[in-house]
Amino acid sequence: MPDAIRMTFNVDGDDFAAAGTASSEVKRALKQLGMPPELVKRAAICMYEGEINMVIHADGGVASVAIRPGSVEIELRDRGPGIPDLELAMQEGYSTASEQARNLGFGAGMGLPNMKRYADELKIDTKIGVGTTVTMVLRDRTR
Amino acid sequence: MRIREIQKLIDARLLCGEHLLDEEIHNVCGSDLMSDVLAFSNGQMLITGLVNPQVIRTAEMVDIRCIVFARDKTPDAGMIELAREKDMAVMTCRGSMFDVCGVLYQHGLRGEE
Repeated sequence: MPDAIRMTFNVDGDDFAAAGTASSEVKRALKQLGMPPELVKRAAICMYEGEINMVIHADGGVASVAIRPGSVEIELRDRGPGIPDLELAMQEGYSTASEQARNLGFGAGMGLPNMKRYADELKIDTKIGVGTTVTMVLRDRTR
Repeated sequence: MRIREIQKLIDARLLCGEHLLDEEIHNVCGSDLMSDVLAFSNGQMLITGLVNPQVIRTAEMVDIRCIVFARDKTPDAGMIELAREKDMAVMTCRGSMFDVCGVLYQHGLRGEE
């Protein structure tokens, strides 16, 4: 494997039905590269939650993934409204999601807590009116 | 338990994934909340009453092999195509989620480990 394999996706904010296609492609790539199944599953869940969040809250954004031997780094950058109270947003059960998101099985206030649960590192840079960048690093725990 | 046996027990109609009928299911997740499925599922089957493409996507992320839609909920052609692409079996049955879970539990299947 070269130093890093990079993948970039424009996540469409208008098409809720298509949300998850970037995560799906990343999962497939990780599998094809022979990454350990445990890491593949955690990375897929983290990216999918992030992708759904970008669609629900920020009208889409850009997802960048760097795959290295033994680790995956996922960066999700949006130009959405920003998160006013990050501590509150990290609490399980707190959500500001729309009725539409709830009807689709999301918006239960689990997205960010799930990312924290499954990522080895989670960093959130957010500024009101400017946007949010979520960076997650996941490492092969079997190494 | 094999998917084939489950299909018979809950009298379900198979919509795709016939070649997966001999796959073994050990743990089952019953939920309409996809965030919960993402948070806690390590099962191979999902029973749900929610019908939208994100159900298939969620199942894909957590390696679920078979989805059962309760109360005769029927996914559209696009959802079935997506499930086919992701190599999943999809079934629909008349029973409620409670009843389907009850029948499968009675026959030895369990929730998440």
